[in-house]
Amino acid sequence: MSPAAAVPQIEFDAVVKSYGTGRLVLSGIDLAIAKGEFVTFIGPSGCGKSTVLKLISGLTPASSGSIRIDGMSPKNARETISFIFQDATLLPWRTVRDNVVLGLELEHTAAEKRKKTAAALLELVGLADVADAYPRELSGGMKMRASIARALATNPRLLLMDEPFAALDEMTRDRLNEELLRLRAEQGWTAVFVTHSVAEAVFLSTRIIVLKPNPGRIHAEFRVDLPFPRTAELHEAREFEDLVTQVTHSLREALKR
Amino acid sequence: MRKRLIAIANALAVFGALLLLWQLILWIFHVQPFMLPSPWAVARAVVARFPSLMVSLAITAEESLGGLVASIVVGVLVALVFSQSRWVRTMLYPYTILLQTVPILAIAPLILMWVGAGTAAVTFIAFIISLAPIIANTTQGLVSVDENLVNLFLMHNASPAQMLLKLRLPHAVPSLFVGIRIASGIAVIGAITGELFAGSSRVGQGGLGYSILYASSQLETDYLFALVLASVVLGFSFFFVVMFLEWHFLHRWHESALPHEAD
Repeated sequence: MSPAAAVPQIEFDAVVKSYGTGRLVLSGIDLAIAKGEFVTFIGPSGCGKSTVLKLISGLTPASSGSIRIDGMSPKNARETISFIFQDATLLPWRTVRDNVVLGLELEHTAAEKRKKTAAALLELVGLADVADAYPRELSGGMKMRASIARALATNPRLLLMDEPFAALDEMTRDRLNEELLRLRAEQGWTAVFVTHSVAEAVFLSTRIIVLKPNPGRIHAEFRVDLPFPRTAELHEAREFEDLVTQVTHSLREALKR
Repeated sequence: MRKRLIAIANALAVFGALLLLWQLILWIFHVQPFMLPSPWAVARAVVARFPSLMVSLAITAEESLGGLVASIVVGVLVALVFSQSRWVRTMLYPYTILLQTVPILAIAPLILMWVGAGTAAVTFIAFIISLAPIIANTTQGLVSVDENLVNLFLMHNASPAQMLLKLRLPHAVPSLFVGIRIASGIAVIGAITGELFAGSSRVGQGGLGYSILYASSQLETDYLFALVLASVVLGFSFFFVVMFLEWHFLHRWHESALPHEAD
């Protein structure tokens, strides 16, 4: 259930996705995500959670059913969407600063505006000191910060994230989780997130959707009513642990059949 | 720095030992000078005929460089066509392999017939022989872009021109340099081989390959050795210039740029 009376920003109506001639990846997905939600998809591999993001972004079309983003088709809504991939996917031949403004450059934003945006965002994600460094000089965590800054540079209303912190160590991941929530509080974008980590899902989300595989479909939903701002201490709270237990249990169920 | 000096000293020591061995062979077996001249005689030939040696070197350098530059321009253009679709690649790629496997000695007479003897023919041979590695490596660089980088560009509604200029071409530059490195070596070999056939339109004046042929026919073995030495110097220079350019353009961002810092 999305918050009452809220207009859905993302709507899936009986969406089916199959690749090639047969393999069914997602079957009959109905979904409404309201503005301001942080929704996480979690599920065993092969449940199509990354495909959900590709459908929302219009990188792949639905085989049947309809998808509307702010009432538009995914492709037309692209200007309002940013995508953060599992790898930082920075261009190695560009400095951190030039990577951050890539989206603006592709959209022909004036140089003056690009410069200002880059400075502000690098400050925001704590990379001002390495603005002129090349990606290979950065740690994994710093690369991901740069990737986040790049996604935010185009001022998105919707942020799609495909296991962005999966390759990072736990300390870095926890820090970036906190920072992600801080940025969201400041900027107010809607988020659709994909992860393998139940703890990460509970920490970040307002809603968790558990998918089951073969073919991918919705198995269960959990509302996460833990108050914001959330900090690392939340990991030790009783309600947090309870939710982690419930979601983990549900995931195990999803795997059974 | 100290390590590098030691490395240079070692290389010089090996060079000195080789010269000594060479001289010893002459003394022990009493070899005729026209069969094998002494190192000293070669050095004298270099000094005595320095101007004509330099003329030959310049001619061959020009032909190799012309062929190499032409192969880079044409090779990149062909690679751009190849990168457009898998279908085009599978259809045309066998012909680049053909380009690589056709024995240059076999087609040199043909080229001579079409283009006429002289530097143009030799440049053309150098071009043909160095084209395949440029095409193969650049194509590889253009098509091996990470799928998510392509997705990223698509998310920003990038135009095909932006996709090419801001993503595929810069991504292909390291592979292009691999191709140029291979091609630079064989362009010089191609030019010298070409000169053996199509060396000169004027008698007595031609590049290294032509002069090698001429010197051997005159039994000027000491000068022949000098010409071989010049060929080696030319090959090395090409190699080092390309290495330097590669380092210059890539060292700031590319992982595989020369690991000079490592020592």
